[in-house]
Formats: sequence, C-alpha cells, structure tokens
Amino acid sequence: MIPLAAAAMATALAGCGSQISDPASANSTASSGSSCVDTSGSSVKVGFINSLSGTMAISENTVFDSLSLAAEEINAAGGVMGKQLQVISEDGASEPTKFAERAGKLIQQDCTAAVFGGWTSSSRKAMLPVFEANDALLFYPVQYEGLEASKNIFYTGATTNQQIIPALDYLAEQGTKSIFLVGSDYVFPRTANKIIQAYAKAHGMEVLGEEYAPLGSTEFSTIVNKVRDSKADAVFNTLNGDSNVAFFRQYKSVGLTAASMPVVSVSIAEEEVPGVGLENVEGQLTAWDYYQTLDTPANKKFVAAFKAKFGADRVTSDPMEAAYTSLYLWKAMVEKAGSFEVDKVQAAAGGVTFEAPEGTVTVDGENNHITKTPRIGKINSEGLIETVWSSPKAVEPDPFLASYDWAKDLAK
Amino acid sequence: MELLIGQMFAGLSLGSVLLLAALGLSLTFGQMGVINMAHGEFMMAGAYTAFVVQRSISDAGISLLVSIPVGFLVGGLLGLVLEAVLLRRMYHRPLDTLLVTFGVALILQQAARDIFGAPSVDVRAPAWLQGNVELLGAPIPLTRLFILLLSLVCLAGLVVVLKGTPLGRRIRAVVLNRDLAETSGISTRRTDQLTFFIGSGLAGVAGVAVTLIGSTGPYLGTNYIVDAFLVVVAGGVGQIKGAVIAAFALGVLQSVFEFSTTASIGKVLILVLIVVFLQLRPQGIFSLKTRSLA
Repeated sequence: MIPLAAAAMATALAGCGSQISDPASANSTASSGSSCVDTSGSSVKVGFINSLSGTMAISENTVFDSLSLAAEEINAAGGVMGKQLQVISEDGASEPTKFAERAGKLIQQDCTAAVFGGWTSSSRKAMLPVFEANDALLFYPVQYEGLEASKNIFYTGATTNQQIIPALDYLAEQGTKSIFLVGSDYVFPRTANKIIQAYAKAHGMEVLGEEYAPLGSTEFSTIVNKVRDSKADAVFNTLNGDSNVAFFRQYKSVGLTAASMPVVSVSIAEEEVPGVGLENVEGQLTAWDYYQTLDTPANKKFVAAFKAKFGADRVTSDPMEAAYTSLYLWKAMVEKAGSFEVDKVQAAAGGVTFEAPEGTVTVDGENNHITKTPRIGKINSEGLIETVWSSPKAVEPDPFLASYDWAKDLAK
Repeated sequence: MELLIGQMFAGLSLGSVLLLAALGLSLTFGQMGVINMAHGEFMMAGAYTAFVVQRSISDAGISLLVSIPVGFLVGGLLGLVLEAVLLRRMYHRPLDTLLVTFGVALILQQAARDIFGAPSVDVRAPAWLQGNVELLGAPIPLTRLFILLLSLVCLAGLVVVLKGTPLGRRIRAVVLNRDLAETSGISTRRTDQLTFFIGSGLAGVAGVAVTLIGSTGPYLGTNYIVDAFLVVVAGGVGQIKGAVIAAFALGVLQSVFEFSTTASIGKVLILVLIVVFLQLRPQGIFSLKTRSLA
C-alpha cells in the first residue's frame, strides 16, 4: 500500500503544473488548494469513499463493487471525454470523522475530479463541509431523510417523498388505519418518523407507538411485546443493519407474521435478506425504487454484468443501483459541460438523464436530487423482492417536502 | 396481564442471555483476575461454529445440539491458546492484559470478516424452536425458553465442577491463595489453563445460544462484552452466585425500564443504577473473603 500511495502523491505533485485554473472557485477557496484536478493526460482520477471495514462494511462493500463495475464499463467504452477513469479508493471505516478526513485527502492530495460514496447520514453530514469548503463534488447513493440540498452533493438515492411517503400512500390504499413505528436510534429513523407522524395526522392514520432501539441492539423482547400489544394494522420499520435480524426473529417468535401484521422496511434490500434469514422475512414488505427483479433492459444488462464480474450468487440492491447510476450521471454531466470543472459540471447537471436500471432518471438542477420511481416490494421465497406496487410515473425529488401541505412545519 | 407476563419473561430471558455471556467471564475475570476483552469474540467464534456445523449438518435441530459442545470446545481452545501464548506472561500486569486481549479481539473480528465475509450469516433455528407456547395468553418464544434452560444447565454444570470435583477444589484453592495452593502441591499453571479453558468454552456456548435471537456477524461479541463485565462487577468479582443474581436483576430491570420509557433511556437508567450501586457497594453484591495476603 505504501508504494502505491507514494506513487499517487508523486503524480499529484507532478500534476500541479497543469492545474485547471478557475479564478472563481480559486477565490472562494483560496487557502484550501482545491481544483488541482489533472486533466492533461489520458486519464482522470475519481475517488470512491466507502466503509470497507467496520460495522457498515456489510452494506458499503456492495456499493463499492457496483461503483467498480460502472467504472470498468465506462473505461471499456472509451472513458469520459476520451479519458480513462483512474479510481482511487479510500476506506471510511464506518467513522464519520474518517469519512471527512479521507474525503479531504481525495480532493486535495489525490486531486480527484469527483468523489462517489458514503452511506450513513452521519458520514454524509461529516463530508458535506469538506466538499463545500473545497468546492468539490460528492455523489451520494443512498436513500436518506431529506431536508438537505448542497450544490456540492448529488443525491442519487431516494429522498423521503420518493420512498417513505409512497410507502405510506400504499399502506393507506391497503386500508391501514393504524401503524407502529420501530427504528434505530439515530438521525434517519427519527427524521423519517417525524414525517410519518405528520403524514398520519393529516391522513387520519393512527400511530400506536414509536420505539427506538440503540444502534446494533439485539434485544427486542420488550419492543416486540409493545408492538404485539398495540394490535396495529402494520409496522413501519426504519431499523438499520444487524438489528433487523434480531427484530424479525423475535417478531416471528411471538407469533406475528406478514399476514397478521405486515412490516414495511426501508433498509432491507436483497443484500440483507440472507443475513436476516429468509424464513424470518419472507412475505414482508419493503419500500425502495429499485429491485433486482425489475424487468427493464437496462436492469437485465446491469444484473448480468454484475453477476459476471462478482459471481452468480451475488444480488443487486437499490443503493448499488443508485451508485452505479451516479457514476454514469457524472459522466453525462461532464460530457454535457464539456469540462471536468466543478462549476461547469454543476451548471450542466440540470436535466441530465440516464437510462438507469430502475428506469429513466433525470437530475433536478434545483436541488441536485434525481427523479425516481417508488416501488413497494414483497420478499419472495428465493430472497428476491418482487414489485407489488409501483408509482405510475417517476416522482420529482422534493427533499424539503415543499409541495406537501401537511409537511409545512417539518422543514423548519 | 398478558403484557405483564410477556414482560416478566422478557426480563428473565434477557437475564439468561446476560448470565450465559457473563458466566465464563466470572471464571476468567472473577476467579483469575484476567480482564479478557476477547471474551465477546470467543462468543462470536461459538456463533460461527454454529454456522459452520449447520453447513455440514443440514438438520437445524441436530446441528444446534451438536454445536453446543463443539462451540464449547472451539471457545475453550481459543482461550487455551490465548492463555498459553500471551496471558501467562502477564498475570501480574492487569492493564497489559486489557490492551493485549483488546488487540486479540480486533484480530479475531478481522479474521472472522476475512473467513466468513463482512455480511452477517444466517443460522437457522430448528423447527421445534420456532413459534411459542402460551402462558396465560402471553406468547413465550421457544428460543428464549431454550436459552433460559441452557443458561441454567451451564450454571448447574459449572457449580457441580467447582463444588464437587477435584478440579473445582483446585480452582477454588488457587483463587483463595495462589502461593499456599502451590506449596500444597497444586499445579497452578495447569489449574489456570483449565479455568481459562472452561471460562472461554462457556463463552463459546453463549455464542451458539445467541445465534437463535440475533445476527451472526464479526461484531457479535461487541454487543455483549460490556454487559457481561457489568454483570460480573455488579455481582461481585469472583462470585458465581453474585453473577446469577446480577444477571437476572439487570435483565428484569432493563425490561421494566425499557417498557416504561424507551430502549435508549432504559439502558441509561441501568448504567446510572449500576454506578450508584457500586458507589454504595464497591465490592458488588457479594465479596470474596480470602486469607490471601495479595
């Protein structure tokens, strides 16, 4: 590793002679030494930042794999504006501070043209000031709690009105009168549940309980007892990671089933099903914008390419698809701008589209999110997720829920 | 009523999980004074043992029953190696053992990730442990009942070994007065090794048990290690009966607190309670009376 890093630094230093000189961004970030991106050669550097170790590694490794696939495909097809992508990967190690530090390195030392990755909201929030101060670009591929729009971040995962609100609409459509909220105790579930509470109030749905388990908790006896006692019509689950395993096992063991009290989960995708145990979650519902089973030509190609590269037993999930899409979106933005410069890419971003595995996505130039098609899925007997409901058309991103009357107080 | 019984059982069940995790520690930490931060990783090794056994024996019921003794052996052997290679060099340096075993814990986590991959693996529960029995209308999960029984069996086994066998007498003699035991002809080296083997083996059994309720991943141990130390310290170092009372008391209190507040606040209340308790009674529920000069 050491010789590699040294080589990277040497190239970075050598590249300083041919920096992009951009007076506007140089002024605003005079001291940070940004925009040292070297585009003089036949390649351009991009950074991937994922937790390859630590508790989030389980999820983020898959995003890293699909980013790698996208980079490989783009390079095989001639690169971006004729330049091969040279990937520099950093390990965020599941620590927000590490993400911030490594992001700084990718921007300032490695001089990457754009950075892709991040998973938890805390890692994104930690990186946000780094990207803003250096006027660099981050592509963030995971569904999140909304209420954010930085000009330096492109959000290719769903915001709340592309995942949570459609899931609630679906439940309401199914005649659900009461729900119980279960989540991990951190920023995403708390914000998501605030939105759900507001939605429920406006739509005459009763929230019978709101319970949080500490991150990583495996003790759900009490919460499951409360859920069972509430006799709610459905459970809305925003638990993260391994807690899901313990929750679903204990949920099942007190006799609750998908038929008697369905659980809608927003963070269980194809990748997590084997770990949670198929027998524990079969028949339960999920809310995402992409499933491996989607029948689109782009998805068939994506799934086949992924399996060919990483093995037939691997599955593809929503964040992986969003990550894959993010690299192609950046490529399209750069090509539209005709430049790798950050401000030109930002200016060109609005309206850029890509034929993604989930369907056509379009970048919203106002808030840097993308249009997505919400889908409710049901976990089938093979551990894959089948679409049981799909939004009739792609939903415009609305991270601040400005177009929803009942959500007026939330964005404050 | 139904909810009350459900909650009472939840408390007992949590207590039994804590007891299983802490039982081995009360031997290695309590009796030998080794702060073994890798105890949780021995549990993790036991959990992965259950996974590996289930891959070769597809019947989940038989594989669970086979996993328990195999998990004991795997945990015990890991403990034996740790004791023989590292710990025996630092019995008089407790802070060093803390750092060294913490390092070993990290190595074991990474090893698990390299061997089994970062994602959690699925250990299926046998069909006869799925579902629940009704007790006055409250569902009592069979997996929980099984863990409760297993913890009681382990406890009984440990008590029999300590009170009724020559090995147990030697262990107790070494704990009470190491020098005197040695001059009486007891091989303290061998006794230390066996104590550590049993203590670590119990961690392996605990690991097999928790595959029934939670996920099996490289970080499984980190979920339990702090609670296990809390139980041993609150119960009184070196006291098995103290650990038993502390485990069930903490389990019941945790579920009462969690029920009346939230999971996070419940955890905070438990920790506050332990701090206050240890202020009033630093030696724990029971204290070890010894004639040893050390």
